[in-house]
Amino acid sequence: MAILPVTANEVSRVAEGERVVNDLNIQVATVNGSGSNTANTVLLRALFQMGIPVSGKNLFPSNIAGLPTWFTIRVSKQGYVARRSEIDILVAMNPETAEEDVRGLRPGSAVVYDERLNLKRLRHDLTFYSVPFDQLVAPICPEAKLRKLVRNMIYDGVLAKLLGIDMEEIRIGLQKQFRKKAKAIDLNFNAARVGYEYAEKHLPKADRFSVERMDSARGKILIEGNAAAALGAMFAGVTVVTWYPITPSSSLCETLIDYMKRYRIDPETGKATFAIVQAEDELASLGMALGAGWAGARSMTATAGPGISLMAEFTGFGYYAEIPAVIFDVQRVGPSTGLPTRTQQGDVLSTAFLSHGDTKHPLFFPCSVEECFTMAIEAFDLAEGLQTPVFVLTDLDLGMNVWMSDPFPYPEKPMQRGKVLTEEDIKRLGGFERYRDVDGDGVGYRTLPGTPHPAAGYFTRGSGHNEKAIYSERPEDYVHNMDRLTRKFETVRERVPGPVIKENGVADLGIIAYGTSHWAVAESVDQLDQEHGLKADYCRLRAFPFAPQVADFVRRHPRVYVVDQNRDAQMYQLLRLELGPDEVKKLRTVRYYAGLPLDARTVTDAIVSEEVKK
Amino acid sequence: MATTTIPPQVPKKTNRLGLDSSAYKGNRSTLCAGCGHNAISERIIEAFYEMGVEPHRVTKLSGIGCSSKSPAYFLGSAYGCNAVHGRMPSIASGTMLANRNLIALGVSGDGDTASIGIGQFVHLMRRNIPMIYIIEDNGVYGLTKGQFSATADLGSKLKSGVINDLPPIDTCALAIQLGATYVARSFSGDKRQLSALMKGAVAHQGTAMLDVISPCVTFNDHEGSTKSYSFVKDHDEPLQDVSFVPFFEEITVDYDPGTTVDVTLHDGSRLLLRKLGADYDPTSKTEALRVLTEAHDRGEIVTGLFYIDTKAPNFLQLLNVVDEPLATLPESRVRPPKHVLDEIMEELK
Repeated sequence: MAILPVTANEVSRVAEGERVVNDLNIQVATVNGSGSNTANTVLLRALFQMGIPVSGKNLFPSNIAGLPTWFTIRVSKQGYVARRSEIDILVAMNPETAEEDVRGLRPGSAVVYDERLNLKRLRHDLTFYSVPFDQLVAPICPEAKLRKLVRNMIYDGVLAKLLGIDMEEIRIGLQKQFRKKAKAIDLNFNAARVGYEYAEKHLPKADRFSVERMDSARGKILIEGNAAAALGAMFAGVTVVTWYPITPSSSLCETLIDYMKRYRIDPETGKATFAIVQAEDELASLGMALGAGWAGARSMTATAGPGISLMAEFTGFGYYAEIPAVIFDVQRVGPSTGLPTRTQQGDVLSTAFLSHGDTKHPLFFPCSVEECFTMAIEAFDLAEGLQTPVFVLTDLDLGMNVWMSDPFPYPEKPMQRGKVLTEEDIKRLGGFERYRDVDGDGVGYRTLPGTPHPAAGYFTRGSGHNEKAIYSERPEDYVHNMDRLTRKFETVRERVPGPVIKENGVADLGIIAYGTSHWAVAESVDQLDQEHGLKADYCRLRAFPFAPQVADFVRRHPRVYVVDQNRDAQMYQLLRLELGPDEVKKLRTVRYYAGLPLDARTVTDAIVSEEVKK
Repeated sequence: MATTTIPPQVPKKTNRLGLDSSAYKGNRSTLCAGCGHNAISERIIEAFYEMGVEPHRVTKLSGIGCSSKSPAYFLGSAYGCNAVHGRMPSIASGTMLANRNLIALGVSGDGDTASIGIGQFVHLMRRNIPMIYIIEDNGVYGLTKGQFSATADLGSKLKSGVINDLPPIDTCALAIQLGATYVARSFSGDKRQLSALMKGAVAHQGTAMLDVISPCVTFNDHEGSTKSYSFVKDHDEPLQDVSFVPFFEEITVDYDPGTTVDVTLHDGSRLLLRKLGADYDPTSKTEALRVLTEAHDRGEIVTGLFYIDTKAPNFLQLLNVVDEPLATLPESRVRPPKHVLDEIMEELK
């Protein structure tokens, strides 16, 4: 099947006939809107509850119902959670894609399929398990309307039997999913049970794959990046949230609404310690966030590429008028509408320099759900501390897929609200100049609207201004102000998180990556070593502007591969702008931009093919 | 012994806060002499001074254009935010979300509102955010030297002779339909009416939308323009005679309840609307839209308070936000304690 291209030179990892335990890739092919989400989530949960490292990737269309969708669960005893393109077990439920899906499998894979699809005729080198889904679902689900939704649970039961998943874990998974809805839990569990029993009676085990309990996932949580970022925003103390629905960022704000309603209602008054507004568009959502930031609130918005384009004008205003706000950009595939439900790191350059004129903005690149949480908090502190819009760049893969993680750490530092002068400060000082660099870090002092002192007020504008915030077109005022903003950006460099560098001492080459590429790159570092004897050091960027350690890393390595999930090597370009000519010469690019989460094999193959040339 | 004559100290006139009117003034205007906008700025100064509003509580918000420059010319010690073209409504909304104790005064123009900013304008009207929204309406773009705006009347003529061949957007009709709760039109040259409507807007605690016809002396004050001083003077049809009685003053005028509608505003101030022609009920949207449409068909400019609703909840009430400004809530009220995070983490296991 075309959407998951199998890499040609993929080597079979195991000898024929050998048992494979806790190292497999399950793909469920269904039609969107058929309720497969419950069955897939419960399956993932059951494996997770058995202590086995898992990751789930949902490949879905930009559509409500009726189009093909694939859910892939990777089970990896080594803890690899990047996408793997090779499928070991296919659950074929979608007549439209079934044949193509089956043709794409490697010999030795297994197929669980709906009997009606008659797939067995297609290949002789696979193990086929035929299941009469309709026949099995009818007796346990008298209500015809629900059958379509419930029948998917049958494959959970079949897989439980075939792979060795404990049915009790399926039940617990359902309880997590449906919470207190006992009827739904029973109905779905019954479906899984008839699947299990059918497999027990009719499907003798003929493939090599199985799972066993482990200890690796114990104590961990399962969460989507968008929910993690939402939690980060709540614990950052956000008070004003303005947003406009757009895939793949909508669930960030929707989850935030749920959490805020639970935990941020004043117990005494029953009133909200926040305002969340669905704006009319992204122009207004950032405008409201900036209006709120100007008036002193911790404010944010969340969007994706098309929204970023619309926010360009206001981002420049925020930069020049120096107003804090946090913008979560859950990146999807552009340009234009692009592929709204596929993933990419396509907004690196556009956000770094968003808006006309000389502008640049701090960017955070979380790679994990935990960093979605911690960096959300850091982003608010930075935005208020530096009085500027700050972007947190996640992507669809991180935002909308479920990831395993250690529980998130409670913030250690109190909220950093930045340089705000109070009425008492103004009385003591006799006045203030909004854009004067008093401390030499490029960051002026501000007062909040409503500060009760006649000398506290000032005029904020997107037009030219002097240190006193008074309109000015004088060349020296303009240059003075722009130079201070440059100084401020250098202060940002000191405050953003530096890279995470993993060195092994005798490196042949360096790799630079960021965001969700991390998972594929971490696995690729192992592949390069184990399969090709190439030792790679790895530098994971966590923010722009880059800390000085990034240039040092490049200097220490003969060749450095910059991994980008976009066509134009956007991070590579950004590094070229910031590094000196000697460092730039060492940079190579690895680019992947087909819209699926990056896999390790793509990175390994790209690096190896370059390395053999040298 | 020589005596020096000390001139008797004339006590400076002050408002109920003890502030004299200089506390409400701003920088000298850089707009053209005779610009209607300057007269509106004077009415703003007068209204806030006479109402005794603390200047530091006021945020002056604007977009881009001649009108949007004017906030620098009044209430100099107030806060100001001159944002981007057509986007003042979102900045104003965010400001009020952050701090509900502020008094938001938005000043826009017909281009800033009815063209580039129409999207934000209509949604602002729907939300009924407590703020005053003034459109300084002259039918042309002044800063870019005299192109038609979307409020220019059909058939109106530019200085260059270009005739406007598109119908105007009636911002008042739009605001009424969409949910604004105080909608009026006035003329920068009608000092008395504008003053009363301005003070009423200050007293109102929802979205108060004032469209003020404000002739552009440089680009739209000629023969053939429907927004010139002479045309507006000749075609102005006041709906009512409007008087304003602030909450802190006793009512001294006698009025006949048969001919005058008495509207009590949120802060206890009152608007007395004495009818000039037929009966008019300012709480009826249908009435308001009929009057606007009929006047438009006659080629007349009807002015006065078209619509008022003092009962509709404003946006902050709908959102049920706490009484204190969100901006300055302490960490203890906005960062949930550790046990909350622990509880959430446990659920996710």
